[in-house]
Parts: sequence; structure tokens; C-alpha cells
Amino acid sequence: MKARMTSCGNWVLERFPMSKLWNEHMAQYYAPKNFNFWYFFGSLALLVLVNQLVTGILLTMNYKPDAKLAFDSVEYIMRDVPWGWLVRYMHSTGASAFFLVVYLHMFRGIMYGSFKQPRELIWIFGMLIFFCLMAEAFTGYLLPWGQMSYWGAQVIISLFSAIPIIGDDLSLWIRGDYVIADATLNRFFAFHVIAIPLVLLLLIFLHIVALHEVGSNNPDGIEIKKHKDANGIPLDGIAFHPYYTVKDLVGVGVFLFCFASVIFYAPDMGGYFLEHANFIPADPLKTPEHIAPVWYFTPFYAILRAVPDKFAGVIAMGASVCVLFLLPWLDRSPIKSVRYRSGIYKKALFLFVVSFVALGYLGTQSATEGVTTASRIFSVIYFGFFLLMPIYTSWEKGKPIPERLTEQGSLEECIPKIVDTFNEVTVKKPIKAADGTTAVKLRPNPSGIASVLIRFLKRLKASLD
Amino acid sequence: MKKNLSIILLLLSFNVFASGGVELQDADVDVSDSGSIQRGAKHYVDYCLGCHSAKHIRYKRIAMDLGVEENKILDNIAPVGAGIYDQMNTAMNGHDSSKWFGTQPPDLSLIARSRGADWLYTYLKSFYKDDAPTGTNNLVFEDVGMPNVLWKLQGIQAPVYETVDGREVIGKLVMEKAGTLSEKEFDKFVTDLVNFLVYIGEPVQLERQSMGKYVLFFLFMFIVIAYLLKREYWKDVH
Repeated sequence: MKARMTSCGNWVLERFPMSKLWNEHMAQYYAPKNFNFWYFFGSLALLVLVNQLVTGILLTMNYKPDAKLAFDSVEYIMRDVPWGWLVRYMHSTGASAFFLVVYLHMFRGIMYGSFKQPRELIWIFGMLIFFCLMAEAFTGYLLPWGQMSYWGAQVIISLFSAIPIIGDDLSLWIRGDYVIADATLNRFFAFHVIAIPLVLLLLIFLHIVALHEVGSNNPDGIEIKKHKDANGIPLDGIAFHPYYTVKDLVGVGVFLFCFASVIFYAPDMGGYFLEHANFIPADPLKTPEHIAPVWYFTPFYAILRAVPDKFAGVIAMGASVCVLFLLPWLDRSPIKSVRYRSGIYKKALFLFVVSFVALGYLGTQSATEGVTTASRIFSVIYFGFFLLMPIYTSWEKGKPIPERLTEQGSLEECIPKIVDTFNEVTVKKPIKAADGTTAVKLRPNPSGIASVLIRFLKRLKASLD
Repeated sequence: MKKNLSIILLLLSFNVFASGGVELQDADVDVSDSGSIQRGAKHYVDYCLGCHSAKHIRYKRIAMDLGVEENKILDNIAPVGAGIYDQMNTAMNGHDSSKWFGTQPPDLSLIARSRGADWLYTYLKSFYKDDAPTGTNNLVFEDVGMPNVLWKLQGIQAPVYETVDGREVIGKLVMEKAGTLSEKEFDKFVTDLVNFLVYIGEPVQLERQSMGKYVLFFLFMFIVIAYLLKREYWKDVH
């Protein structure tokens, strides 16, 4: 029997380069040994992708892409399909998780210079993936056919009509009708379940092929291929499998723990993951008071609203995404990792993160005067980070870069520090209960909190120098 | 200064349910309270179902989720003639209702998910006497097409106006004519009704939460084992 199995296996191996592929991409793919927390998000993005594909296929089995039936079919899935609620929540939470993970993955790339020579193409493929992901999320959000699905799509598609001359015809062509209607729902369904996922899968394949050709960057931003042993294996490299497969498994566990907490205890995340108004069926005659996109689009939406002219706003919103494509050529500094770059870049990066988060918040709010003013300020900072980059990065002096990878404290070494901090910010106090008994309870300790905050701010300031 | 202050205030506000500027009262609902949901279901059939369907919930589902025998649901709660597999449909047709109220009364299956429990609780308690065609108006939903169907129970409230920034606004509502229920009894009535609406908004919510702890426990064990595995493998790296 065993001999039979082996000969069967050999039959395949003689015809397909399975062991070659396995070795090239897993067992003999050497990755830098100092990956930190930020390096979990690539594999997590792949995990969420699989989650979206599997739950998406299950949803398609009961969803009806018809303006008359769509809303009710989603509620049918939520109530009458066995485990339908779980599949639907996994898909809706997965959409938000996808963006969260991808934003952190992209930030890692910016922080450690993973987009720089020789990895420009990986960045370009990655940006195309991000672009597809936005299209996928946008088309998918129309499918539940709630008020926010409907009016969100109405607002975004009407943006195309701001384009001079061809605008009106273009938006009509996209919708297939004069308003968002059954025709739009049907074509968005086609895009969401087959057209964009196919492109997405192809791009992810290219992203990984390109990555494995040049090898992964690392938190030090130095090439491990410069120092190899007698067998041609990088001295600072370790085999992706088993080292990073087992390490990523821990990341997967922690991620799934958070993911499941949302699914089982807060699936609508207070209106951020599933908007309240989307539980009302789409009504073309009733415009909701406040139309806001889901959280992952709000930074770009805030930029759109910050510009007074509609067409200019559309251009600004498009530019805010497209400018990321140019990053490898905007950054003039040869130093990759933020660890060895000068203070001016660190401060710029810090401001960029602040402006992105602030724009994200402002995009969820209705456009009052204060919101618009704040959006304008943060939009200028957002674009300033990119457009002034050729100037301020050419001033950079940088710090001495080590020859070999450095070891920094690992996450598990942080645990005692976290415990110490927790002890510092809390104090044990005897508290008298109503029935006269005293119990020792943990209470916040104001002076401890103050000293921890001051220490944190000092460290933040020092890390920006 | 005022502008700065408004920006700070704006930064503190979060994505909560819209309330139309009225401070919402806290609805003390508990979906695990089967008795309260059963009373709420009864109130719903008696006072709401005449106009508002709840087409996404079946009587059978209510019986299953609340652990009540099916014939008890049919005898005590469902309207006469309803079958156990029926959805909570209304007898009123849409054409008539739009003629009578100017709009078709919405299906309330998901109203708790779009409005929130606190809004529903406050809304049901905030009707007051007015010159509107229905004879009433509402603090949290101005010029609503719905009359105060609970007026016999609650009584009739009248608005007390006060002047704020040179504009007349309603400061509070006072009871003009008492209803058949005391204030406390009426609050409980509304709480039960809102509890039922929260339940039908997502019938699976109780099951979801009780299942969650097992899933999280499993994942916690998974993390521990995965971490030990990682530590074992990584011994030869450091």
C-alpha cells in the first residue's frame, strides 16, 4: 500500500514541479530573521482574502441580485439560512478587517522603505491591489440594497458626472439607468463576485512572485543578500517555512481572536462596520439626512469634500490615491528604514499618519463649517507629505546604517513592561461595600497615569528626532 | 474661541444614532428576558401590527427562541387566524395606508437596528398634543404621520414652551390627562415593546453572544499552542 502511494506521488512529481515550487517559495525562501509586529499583516491579508472568497461564495448561494429581492434576501440569510448570520457577519466584518490589515501593511511598507529600489514593482502591484480592493468594496456595498448602499453609490457615481463634456454620459453608462436601479445592482453584482476578484487574484499572484524574486525587505532596510554563507544562503536569513509559518500562525490566532470578538459581540461595530441606515431598504425617493461612506473610505471622502469645486474635489480624491503610486520616485533618500532616517522624515511621517486618521474621522461627520476647515488643513498636510517629499528627503543626512541585521526587543519581552505599566497606572484601594464589608479593588491611579503619559510623550518626541 | 471649542466638541462626538437634537432616554432593555419579550410581542400585536408588519420574523421563530410552546404563541400572542409558520404580516394594505397617513407605515423588523433602542423608547414616550392632522406631534420625530396609538394607556401630554436664544422651543412635556397606566407601568410597557423590537431586529443575537465565549476560548487555546510551537522552532534562530 505504501509503495503504491509513493509511486502515485512520484507520478505527479515527475510531471509537476511541486517540490521545486515548495522549496523556492517556502522551505528555501530565505526571509530576514528580524521581522517584527508589522510583518504579520501580509499573511493576514491573504487570510482575510480567503475568508472573503469562501464566505462570499456561500452568500451568493442565497443572495438575489434584484432590486425587489436583494434587501429581503439578505435578511433571509440572516434569519432563515442555517449559519447564514455567521457567514454574513464574517463577510461584512472581513471587509473592514481587509482594509485595516491592508492599511497597516501599506504603512509598514512606507515606514521601512519597502517600496524602494529594487522593490518598486512590488509596490506598484500592491497599489493596484489596493485599487481593486476599493472597487470591490464599493461594488459590494451596494448589494445589501439598504439606504446607505443606495445613496452612497448615488453620490459616488454622480461624481463622474462632474467630469466636463463626457461626465453625464459616463455616469449614465456606469449606472445603466438615470438613477441607481436594478441594472446597476446587477452589473455591480457581476463586478463584485467575478470580474474584480479575478483581477485581484492575478495581482496578488504577481505581487508575491515579484516579492520572491527580490526577497523581503526588513525593519533595518538593508539587503540580507549582501552577506551569504558558503552555500549561498543569506547569513541573516531564515527559511520561510517553518520559521515564519509557525510565527504567522500566532499572528493568525491573535487576529482571529479579535475578528471573532467583533463578529460575536459587536458585528455592526456601533455603526462603523454596518451602518445603521443600511437596515432601511433602499428608497429612491427619500434621501438620508447624512450620507457617509464606511470608515475605510472616509479619509478620501473628507478630501473630496474639502475642495469647494466638485470637479476639483474629484481630482483631489483621485490624486490622493494615485499619489501613492509615485512614492518610489518621490522619496529621494537612499536610506530605506525609518530607523536610520533623519528627524525631518520621521516628523513628516508622523504628521501624515495624524492627517490620515483625522481625515478618516472627519469623513464620518456631516460637513459643518468646522469639519470642512479641519478637512482642508489635514488635506494640505496629506498632500504635503507626498508632494514636498522630493525636497525634504534630499535634505536628509540620516544615521549610520549597520552592515548586518540588528535584534530589537521582541513582543514577548514587552509583556513584563506592560505588566509594570499596568501596576503603575492602577492602585489597590480598600473599598467599603454597602453591606459594610471591605474589599480591595483596583482603581486608576492619577499620578501613575500622569507619569506614564509624560514618559510616553517624551519617548514619542525622542523617536521623532 | 467659540470656533475652537466647537471643533473640540466635534472631535468628541461619535457616530451614534441620529436623535434630532433631543436627548434620548435610556431604554433598559434585556433581550435575555423572555417574559419581557413575550409581553412586548403581545403589545406589538395589539397596538402596532394593525399598521406595521414585521415580515422578517415568523411566529414559529418567536416560539423557538423564547422556548414557548407553539400553540401558546398562537393562542396568546398571534392574531386570530395566523398560522405558526406565518410572518408577522399586517392586515392593512399599502394603498389604503398611504391614502390615510400620507405614507406607508414602515415594516418594523429592523427598526431597532436602524434607530436604536433608546430612540424607539424615547419616541414612543414623546408624543404631545398638537394641531397636526393626527392631533399629536412628536419631540424626536417632528410632524410624524403616526398618531399616538398608546394615548389611552399613557394619557395626553402637552408641551411647555420656553424661549432659548429668542426662539420658542419645547422645554418639557407635562401630563394633561392621565391614562389608564401609571407612569411607571407605562415605562415598563414601552420597555417590553422596545425589547421585542430589539429582539426581532436580530433574533440570533442571544445565540451569537452565548456562542462567542466558546469560540474565543478555543482561539485563546489556539494562540497558546501556536505560541509554544513558535517558541520551540525559534530556539535555533536566536
